[in-house]
Amino acid sequence: MDNTLAPPTRKVVLGIQEPSDFDAPELPTEPLPLNMGPSHPAMHGTVRMVLEVEGEKISSADVQIGYLHRCFEKESEYATWTQIFPYTDRLNYISPMLNNVGYAMAVEKLMGIAALIPERAQYIRVIVGEISRMTDHMTCLGASAMELGAFTPFLYMLKAREWLFELLEEVCGARLTVSYLRIGGCAWDLPVGFADKLRNILDRTKDVLVDVSKLLDRNRIFRDRLDGIGIITQADCLQYGITGPVGRSTGLAYDVRKDAPYLVYDRFDFDVPVGSLGDNFDRYAVRVEEIKQSMRILEQALDQIPAGPYVINDPRIILPPKSETYNSIEAMIAHFKIIMDGIHVPAGEVYSYSEAGNGELGFYLVSDGTGRPWKCRVRPPCFASTSILPKLLEGLFIADIVPTFGLINMIGGECDR
Amino acid sequence: MSQNVLDRVKGQFTAGELLETGSQHGDEWARVRRDAWVTVATFLRDDPATKMEMFIDLTVVDRFSSEPRFDVVLHLYSVSLKHRVRLYAGAPEEDPSVDTLCPVWAGANWFEREAYDLYGVRFKGHPDLRRILMYPEFVGHPLRKDYPKEKRQPLVRRQPNSVD
Repeated sequence: MDNTLAPPTRKVVLGIQEPSDFDAPELPTEPLPLNMGPSHPAMHGTVRMVLEVEGEKISSADVQIGYLHRCFEKESEYATWTQIFPYTDRLNYISPMLNNVGYAMAVEKLMGIAALIPERAQYIRVIVGEISRMTDHMTCLGASAMELGAFTPFLYMLKAREWLFELLEEVCGARLTVSYLRIGGCAWDLPVGFADKLRNILDRTKDVLVDVSKLLDRNRIFRDRLDGIGIITQADCLQYGITGPVGRSTGLAYDVRKDAPYLVYDRFDFDVPVGSLGDNFDRYAVRVEEIKQSMRILEQALDQIPAGPYVINDPRIILPPKSETYNSIEAMIAHFKIIMDGIHVPAGEVYSYSEAGNGELGFYLVSDGTGRPWKCRVRPPCFASTSILPKLLEGLFIADIVPTFGLINMIGGECDR
Repeated sequence: MSQNVLDRVKGQFTAGELLETGSQHGDEWARVRRDAWVTVATFLRDDPATKMEMFIDLTVVDRFSSEPRFDVVLHLYSVSLKHRVRLYAGAPEEDPSVDTLCPVWAGANWFEREAYDLYGVRFKGHPDLRRILMYPEFVGHPLRKDYPKEKRQPLVRRQPNSVD
């Protein structure tokens, strides 16, 4: 067999002479305004981008958010402190438990009862929070892969997410609108057999992650769309306040769970994965690794969780048991006062922060001492990450918007509130 | 935890610039005159003892019926030294404005746009002070305490005498 064949050339294809080099003068282009969104198949979430393109290249991008604004802060000012939990569910709607955790911690810090929360309640919060973090990352990764044409990983990820959602459904009765936490603890205890079911799901999820990683990690098409695209530097993160997986993909090892441990996070052994380049692939890899770290935390938490009360024992904060409410006038009045007047939170201001799926989720609460907040501000992590997009997209191709936007993981409910 | 940040600021600025400092629930805060807003923020970012490199949050509180009516609230974090601080700058109702922080932290851009959109506080020198969450045709600033919660401003208005 003759191995000395000349390498294939494409100088002449079907009789048409190709340019001998690629220095041929480019076709003249002129800037073209292009509108993407607010409802566009490649945008998860509702966001509008007004682009100015030269050929395929983006020369400027105006990212317009706000299409999912539902007056979170205004509504909160008219609700009692407890009634805000359902609103927080809808902030980052693929990890609602983490928003519940962040808000509950903020109110408890303002009331000065953070140290009195029973240990079991803290463990429950860690467990449901880490489950939510897994569902958050799985949705982001699956959806991003799907937008690049890889539909199978999306189905695999959603299959695993469904197991976790079904488990959360057993805990609180809802997949998304959980409202499971209360000021002072949780609404109920974990159901019977929860630990075994979760361990079983974690085992199966590990297999799913292996499958997905086999499909994506060395996939030529997937890597070509992600490698070296959309690079964010550490300096950008500090300037724009970018935290969470996007911030860590640049090598900035800032994780609230490690840097300012809350709940019982200081009792677990877990790593904070960081990237090196800050491109799309690093963001993908950091999220995959974080799912694995969440599973480590969950396994340790299931081993350590103690028995005991799941809510603080303070009649000014929690509702009396139903048997009391219906049978004694004192409990009936206490119930009525807590529902109608709301829990009384002392006047003051507080900023409380926790690690949500997208980064530092902050609550800045101002209380005037009544049963309703004077101001309830959310510091949404993906608002900060999205605000770098106009700078990030400049110079990229139109096709790069899809993975870049997907892996920033802008969640409309949280960004627009 | 970050009391030394406040001590550092107190040592650097006069009483005319730094009005008040305090600590509540473990959060340290300082109130500055709005003329010194950018100077104090830049100092906090650059000083080796404070190193507040990371912009965290900027918002406004409407302290309706007290003076000054608006408080611009800034949260900062130092990644290297792991401490936080909160800054206030008051802005009166008749002239609700402070200088922009965009040259100090580029990320202040969208946060200031949001504060302008929802509270009507103007940021002098901001490169692109447009509404961000509400639509451009919206009238008023919805998070002000005197904006009624029930008020509706539908973008698509029905014609007064349309039949449907």
